[in-house]
Amino acid sequence: MSDTLVEELKDKVVITDEEVDVSDVEEKFRVPKPAGYDTIVVIQGAPVVDESKKKDFFRFLTTRVFAKIGKVKENGLYMPFNDVNGTSKSMGLVFADFENVDAADLCVQELDAKRIDKSHVFAVRKLNQLEKAFNTPEEFHFEEGEYHEREHLRSWLADYYGRDQFISYAGNTVTVNWNRKSDVPEQVVSRENWTETYVQWSPLGTYLVSLHLRGIQLWGGASWKMCARFLHPYVKFVDFSPSEKYLVSYSYEVVKLPPIGHPARETMPFSDADEGKNCFIWDVQSGRILRSFKIAPGGDVKDPKKVVWPIFKWSANDKYLARMTPGQSISVYETPSMALVDKKVMKIEGVQSFEWCPVDDVVADKSEQLLAYWTPELQNQPARVALVSIPSKATVRTKNLFNVSDCKLYWQSHGDYMCVKVDRHTKTKKSTFSNLEIFRVREKNTPVEVIDLKEVVLNFAWEPKSDRFAIFSANDQSLGSPNLKTNLSFYGLEKKKNTPSVFRHIATFEKKSLNSLFMNPKGRFLAAATLGSSTQYDLEFYDMDFESEKKENENLANIQLIGSAEHFGMTDIEWDPSGRYLTTSSTIWRHKLENGYRICDFKGTTLREELVNDFKQFIWRPRPPSPLTKEEMKKVRKQLKEYNRLFDEEDIAEKSSANRELAARRRRLIDDWEAYRQKVTAQVAEERKALGQTGVADAASAEEVIEETIEEVVSEEIIPVDE
Amino acid sequence: MRPFILQGHTRPLTQIKYNHDGDLLFSCAKDLIINVWFSHNGERLGTYGGHTGAIWTCDINKSTTLMASGAADNTMRLWDVKTGKCLYVWEFPTAVKRVEFNEEGNKLLAVTEERMGFTGTISVFHVPTDYSDEKFKNPIYVIKTRESKATVAGWSYLNKFIIAGHENGSVSQYDGATGEYIKTVQVHTAGSLITDLQFSRDRTYFVTSCKDSTAKALDVNTLEIIKCFTADAPLNTASFTPVQDFVVLGGGQEARDVTTTAARQGKFEARFYHTIFEEELGRVKGHFGPINTIAVHPKGTGYASGGEDGYVRLHAFDKNYFDFKYSL
Repeated sequence: MSDTLVEELKDKVVITDEEVDVSDVEEKFRVPKPAGYDTIVVIQGAPVVDESKKKDFFRFLTTRVFAKIGKVKENGLYMPFNDVNGTSKSMGLVFADFENVDAADLCVQELDAKRIDKSHVFAVRKLNQLEKAFNTPEEFHFEEGEYHEREHLRSWLADYYGRDQFISYAGNTVTVNWNRKSDVPEQVVSRENWTETYVQWSPLGTYLVSLHLRGIQLWGGASWKMCARFLHPYVKFVDFSPSEKYLVSYSYEVVKLPPIGHPARETMPFSDADEGKNCFIWDVQSGRILRSFKIAPGGDVKDPKKVVWPIFKWSANDKYLARMTPGQSISVYETPSMALVDKKVMKIEGVQSFEWCPVDDVVADKSEQLLAYWTPELQNQPARVALVSIPSKATVRTKNLFNVSDCKLYWQSHGDYMCVKVDRHTKTKKSTFSNLEIFRVREKNTPVEVIDLKEVVLNFAWEPKSDRFAIFSANDQSLGSPNLKTNLSFYGLEKKKNTPSVFRHIATFEKKSLNSLFMNPKGRFLAAATLGSSTQYDLEFYDMDFESEKKENENLANIQLIGSAEHFGMTDIEWDPSGRYLTTSSTIWRHKLENGYRICDFKGTTLREELVNDFKQFIWRPRPPSPLTKEEMKKVRKQLKEYNRLFDEEDIAEKSSANRELAARRRRLIDDWEAYRQKVTAQVAEERKALGQTGVADAASAEEVIEETIEEVVSEEIIPVDE
Repeated sequence: MRPFILQGHTRPLTQIKYNHDGDLLFSCAKDLIINVWFSHNGERLGTYGGHTGAIWTCDINKSTTLMASGAADNTMRLWDVKTGKCLYVWEFPTAVKRVEFNEEGNKLLAVTEERMGFTGTISVFHVPTDYSDEKFKNPIYVIKTRESKATVAGWSYLNKFIIAGHENGSVSQYDGATGEYIKTVQVHTAGSLITDLQFSRDRTYFVTSCKDSTAKALDVNTLEIIKCFTADAPLNTASFTPVQDFVVLGGGQEARDVTTTAARQGKFEARFYHTIFEEELGRVKGHFGPINTIAVHPKGTGYASGGEDGYVRLHAFDKNYFDFKYSL
């Protein structure tokens, strides 16, 4: 291109740079300001000094205050001055430019809110933190989010047949199913890799909880959408408060936040105070952290590295949660502030374990919640079980005990009774035996009844809502032997006119190999099992109100063994929430023997058995308490016969429709098969014909019967015998 | 009825087979001897001795005059059924895993093992008409198995195809007259060995058993899967039953794992499935090792199973077996 041409063109160009509006482009490609202020911190609250003392003060800062933090850049300190009455005085502000970012971060961590002397407290922030604060608009604009209608989280309760749901987790697939007794369970939803470790239900069954490396997710509603998510890296355990309002999560790893000023830090739910914590209490609805704790594993006597979960135990009304420091204290916190009740922990020397009362109406003042704990024998002080009322911290009842080796606290489901199973030893410590101390919580002055036993009680279970219980006991000599024989005993409260009621032994079944008790959630039935043995997998079912011909009015119970079963390899047992079915499952987490599950009815008849490779978990979906009042329930019970008729009809209808479906399916299969066979046979016949063969006769049809009569003549000869 | 337990072998069974009429049962095991039994009472009729390696397979021609066998001594032998005399010997570079007569009984196929640098083959021979003639030792054709070696093979109806099951869980089809490759279908889980392949009576469909714990019925022409039977343990054998539309599966935990688990864990039962509905109907217990081979009486009156435990269990079906009918 010649120079003249260029000149010519220049003349023709009419648009100059100024005329082009490039603001939209600038906007698009604007690079955020270089974060060159990363090393600068601002200190507020420094002493006000004259300009003449500036050097001395800077020296004091670098040599004393910053000595352990890091070096400041040359000329990196700056103090703005103000003219006050002719003298130049500092404003109590210092800017310090450190040599590196780490030192600046450390400075904020160490010096913020630090009291330098009597009258000076430092407030330290990084410059870019302040910048963000300045950029915050003066007026708060509330942006109204769009309203999303949430699904009904309890829709599963409206199932027409009143069936229950369960989770089966095998391989990497989590499936939620409807239980259909002996039929193939109806799949509700099935997802691969739904969880990274295990799944659980929330206590009222509202949410399915999945655990991931990054945190916790809650799922629910008819479409199984995610309802909430809680960021907590490497979370190991999750626990809910009884009404599902709060959630506690625990991880072995402490939370590490990205450095100050990092954009990811802002998006996290954690605040500065949560750094270095590993246990969080969340509000489920808002997803906010209410309080964080750093709790080292411990609490287990045998294995200090193990965590005894749950760490926090909740009172029945969600109002309090308590944590025990074994041997020292119980800390009770109040919701939602999460502050310590009375601002201090309850110091209880030697405390071993505690349990909240499972209902909230035991004490007349319903805001008061009962908590039971026990302490062992300590220097001239007897062992003791105590009932404390929270928040007043008033001791309701204590009981001193002697020669105690261990205690276990068992609340009855309605809080009427609390049984303390006391394992005691004789003075020589050579033999052990058990006592049962039963606190009658609702009676005046909380009387305690003692049941002395000659054997060691291995297991204890209250019948829900009742005054009966069952125990497994064994002779202390045989403890630890692989073929431990146990005795199953039943007790109940005998109410007689004019005499105080007492707990009385009802029946004992001797020489069992069983060791675990599973009370039906609706009472009356009991399943006993052998768990933890590598050779025995027995199950027995007991009815406590067996209806027999002879009726004794005074009887507390008529206990009868109504069924027994065996499930080889079982590791877990669970009643369904309705108490109609019991499931035994064998998880691959324990061993690889016959992994899968089995559903049986309340008397041990197997309804369905499924062996599944890589089977991990079977859990029934819990149900919230029934909304019916006592009167309504009574009414239902009265009309039970009518309902029964209806249910039976439905069962029959369902069965016959299922049968019809099955028959139709089979008929279809047979028709398909016959069509296929006809087609193939015709084709083969044709091919044979083409080859000039008449067809190979079928062995069965062309059986030749050759009848052969073989007559063997045995020669007959008469030999006269010489005489 | 209680089964007859045939204690004629000292080592694991490899294959058992009824003759065409079903009056005789031939059994081969790893102990160098082939036994022949009366199928109605389990009495032993005789033995065939001569192999110097574990015997993997045998087959009997339709007229029950000749029996062919293949063994780990790298030979295939032809025997006179009546006298027990060895009539003819073919030699191979590797072991012979499967032999089978064709429909007319004038051709024989032999599946050879892939080992020591030799590829696995399916070789087809004329059945000798003159036992002194060396020319019958030359195969008519040799199929070199592609990709994965063949473990089992058999003739389809009219000798139209040779069907082979492979080590990688695939099934392939070859032209029966020329040995030309036609197609391969990946029927089972990739990498799971096909352990057995048995045909229906009319040889228009067949069933494969596989280490992936399934057995599948396939059409001879299309190699389409027509039925699938799922078990809970690796399978070693599968066979159709005449009279009733059943299929019998045998297998169990791998022999090498048996010692590490309890007997009830082994799943050593023979399982009966309904062919059309693919539903399990029942199991027959008895063996205390995996079942290696099952043969069903050609008239469907009974079946026999041979196990890793060295026993053959010879069963006759009861009346209620024949009476069984699905209510529809």
